[in-house]
Formats: sequence, structure tokens, C-alpha cells
Amino acid sequence: MLPESLQTFEDAAGLDAATPGAIVDGQHTRGELALEIAPDQIIPALRYCKSQGRYERLSAITAVDWYPVEPRFEVVYLLHSLARNTRLRLTARVGGTAAEIDSATAVWAAANWYEREIFDLFGVRFRNHPDLRRIMLPDDWEGHPLRKDYPKTGSRV
Amino acid sequence: MPDLLTEFEHEEVIAAEAKEYHPRRMVLNMGPQHPSTHGVLRLKLELDGETVVKAEPDIGYLHTGIEKEFESKKYQQAVTLTDRIDYLSNLSNNFCYALAVERLLEIEIPPMAQWMRVMLVELTRLNSHLVWLGTHALDIGAMSMFLYCMREREDILRIFEMFSGQRMMTSYIRIGGLALEPPRGWHKRITTFIDAFPSKVDEYEDLLTENRIWIGRTKGVGVMSVPDMLEWGVTGPMLRAGGLKYDARKENPHSSYEHFDFEIPTRQESDVYARYRVRVEEMRQSARIVKQAIDGMPSGRWTADAPHVVLPDRDKMKTEMEALIYHFKIVTEGFRVPEGAVYQVVESPRGELGYYVVSDGTAYPYRVFVRGPSFGNLQATPKMVEGTLLADVIASIGSMDFVLGDSDR
Repeated sequence: MLPESLQTFEDAAGLDAATPGAIVDGQHTRGELALEIAPDQIIPALRYCKSQGRYERLSAITAVDWYPVEPRFEVVYLLHSLARNTRLRLTARVGGTAAEIDSATAVWAAANWYEREIFDLFGVRFRNHPDLRRIMLPDDWEGHPLRKDYPKTGSRV
Repeated sequence: MPDLLTEFEHEEVIAAEAKEYHPRRMVLNMGPQHPSTHGVLRLKLELDGETVVKAEPDIGYLHTGIEKEFESKKYQQAVTLTDRIDYLSNLSNNFCYALAVERLLEIEIPPMAQWMRVMLVELTRLNSHLVWLGTHALDIGAMSMFLYCMREREDILRIFEMFSGQRMMTSYIRIGGLALEPPRGWHKRITTFIDAFPSKVDEYEDLLTENRIWIGRTKGVGVMSVPDMLEWGVTGPMLRAGGLKYDARKENPHSSYEHFDFEIPTRQESDVYARYRVRVEEMRQSARIVKQAIDGMPSGRWTADAPHVVLPDRDKMKTEMEALIYHFKIVTEGFRVPEGAVYQVVESPRGELGYYVVSDGTAYPYRVFVRGPSFGNLQATPKMVEGTLLADVIASIGSMDFVLGDSDR
């Protein structure tokens, strides 16, 4: 549900009309518009932003781990429109023991490495990613360091 | 879901595929210890004769877990980590992080600190571009350039040392303003440097701009179209060398950039030579900004009027009870930052540098994500070098001006 206060924002209203039910929540704080999207609707939402919203650039994709809240992972898409000089943040919450979300590589080629990084450091898997391997850590590394339940110090037992 | 291959298996697959279909192809490993990869980048190149058919950059050799480290440092302590991300433009990183946290805190920075930040960040841009120019020219074979560039860079590092006590890991831009009062005599020191600098840039241009070998090695090499660059997340001087006039300093002015008069240089060719010309012109423009900052430097405080964030002056601490309490509280427990998230962008020497800072209301950042420009630029390497000659790979990746600390974090 798009909050009442965000109806005036062109991006939010347009996205809500184009993909009904995709927007779960949203807020506009400190001059930044952030919309939470249902995870199964993320690809249509990104496609809409790229074509109609004229967000040509995917600045980055990242994630935040809200452990122990479920769904714990918040995947964050940072979009940038050069034509309109605006930025938009889409988020999607995924969780469970095998967190998964569709890959944005079909929309922006740039998503490739950012998704590999999230897979590597958070353990979120991206469906239909062409080359989902670890990018920062060695391939035989165990665990995903940026998870909140991954300790910073100590030895393996 | 494809099965995950180990590094070794993956190489074997590439080699096997190459052998099966193209008996003439070979797989060449470049780096991670190759001098022209500027750090530890590894490229897996598949060659047909001297032509690169497939390129695959492999990063992560310099991954230090800085983003994890952020989560166990107080906001102000974490400034020291930002220096170490991109070790050639450390002040740009301090700057971006400080701006992000200040937006979360909603504190106003006095004009003097803002201008001082702009001046130092532009000196950082000069520093970074000088290292790039020196090493890039060295890779292509113009050895003397390196010596010229390092000569000026040394002056800049001495200026940084004068301000912060450190040459490289300055941590001079802090949340709430600057770390220390600008040192006595900074005005003269920077004026002397910046007045002489344009003539130094002329020297570099004398050596390279019309040099036939340089032109031969760089013109028409590493071409990439603007739509491709946008698709792959390339930013900064590379985008501007393709004719796209975008610079965060102009489009989203932060920290008083709107008061400065400077041009955004662009070129149309989008090749290695165009990137060289754009960066050289950027050095001239940065020198102009520094000059304007010296001439128009406002007077006033170098820290914000935010006693719960900024440490009080020593003399106040000894005479005022409140100042002493604030000092004690900031040092022992840090300052709490209101809940929320911001994505702050600045134009670093390499392109779009962004800090996504998430706060959960405590004195420690909940999550800091650093959008390093090098990461986005490096991702486009295959697009740029596939189909070109092996010898041009060096020139092409040199023109990206990446720092592996920035991409691997």
C-alpha cells in the first residue's frame, strides 16, 4: 500500500499505477524517497523505473541485515536518473533459511557484480543470475561475513 | 541455479571450452601481481592470436572487511576507516561519510568549514589525478611523466601533513566540521603551490598531448559508448570523456560548491586519449576552485555549533562545567544518531562515490555501504577490452583510474 503522503510523488504514484500492489510501504525522509516493494514484484518495478521513470542508472545494489527480525534481509536498489537529476531507493525484504530474490541483471547489466557481492557477504541468492559466484572472498569460504550473526573475532571450533 | 564452480574449476572450464571450439585460443592470466594493474587486480584473458576474445576481471584480493568494521566503531571513530578505502583520495571519502552522517544528525556546518572542505577535496583530486597520470603514462612507456607528477604530489602531501599531521591517512574532515583548526600559514603555502600549478600542467601537456607515440597508443583505444557505460555503471571522467556532462558537484551541489565557478570538461571520442584530456582539464579546473577558495575563504569556526557531536575547546573544558560533561559523554559513549538511512553522493576523482549509512538510533552505525566508483568502472572492463589487442588492455585499464582498495573494500 502506497502511503497517502507519497501520492504526490510522480515516481511513487506512477509505480503504484503501473504495478498495482507492488508497493508495500514507503517514506520520504531527509529528501530521499524510499519505496518498499514486494520481493516477487521487484523486477517489474525496476523495469518500470528504467523505462517510464527514466532511471537510466543503477547506482548500486546493497543489503542490510535486520537480524533477528524476519524477513531479515533488506535488499536496497539505489537508482539514479541523469535526465531528471533525481534519485530513488527501492527496497525489498527477503528472509527465511534460503533467502532468494530475482536477479536484476536482466534489467541492468551493472547489477551483476553488486548481486555477487550481496551473495558473497550476505548469502542472499539471486534467481537467474548468470554467474553467481563469490566475488570478494575465496570460493571455499564458509559463512557470510556481513550477516549480523557472523562474529567479527574469535576462532572456528 | 547453476552449480557454483571453484576458482580452479572455473579456469579449467574456460580452458576446456577454448580448446574445444577454438584450437588457436589460449587463456592468459594477467595479475594479480602485474605492475600495470595498480594493486591486485587479476584479469583472465582469452586470446586469439593477439586479440582479446574474452576478458574476466577477478577482484577481491584487497578485501579487508571494512564495511563490517564500520559496525563496531562509533560514528566519529569510523572516519579513520574511510581514509583506507580509497587511499589516493582519502579526503573525498572522509568528506562523503561526514556529509552522510551530518545529514542524519541534521546539523549545519559553518561556511568556513565548508569552504575548507572544498579546498582540501579539490587538492585531493589533484593528488589523485597526478598519481593516475604518472602511473598511466608509465604503463604506456612515458617514464619521465612519473617523476614530474610525483614532484607535485609531494607538495600536496606536505600540505596535507601541515593540516592534519598525516600525509595520506588524514582523517581531517570529521563529522561536524574539521579535526583541527587550520594551521598557521596554510594560506601562503597553498597559494605558492596553486599559483605555480597551472604551469606544471602545461609541462605535462608539452610532454604528452601532441606526443606522437602517446597519441598512437591512446587514440581510438578502449572506446566505449555512453549507453553501454550507463548500463554497466561507469561514472566519472570516463562518462565525461564520452560527452555526457554529469558531475555531482554541479548537479547536486553540496558543501558550498554552488559558490564556485568552474567548468565541467567533456570530450566526445570516449577513448583513452579523451579520458586523458578530460582529467588534465579537470586538474586545471580544480586548481581554479582551490584559488577561489583561498581568496574567498570565509572567517569563522571550523566546527559546527553542535555540542553533543563536536568536542569542546580545551579552554572551555577547563572553565565550563557543561563543556566538560559533553567532552566526557562524547569520548566515553559517542553520540547517538537518529534512526534512518541516507545515500550521500560526492564526485570523487574516480566518479560517483556514495555512502549509504543506516542508523538504528545508537552510537554505532548499523550498516555502512560504500559505493566505490572503481567497482562500477571495473565491472565494465570486458565491454571495453574485448575485441581489442592485448597491448591495448594496459592502456584501457589504465584509463579507468581504479583503486583496488576502493573496489574491494
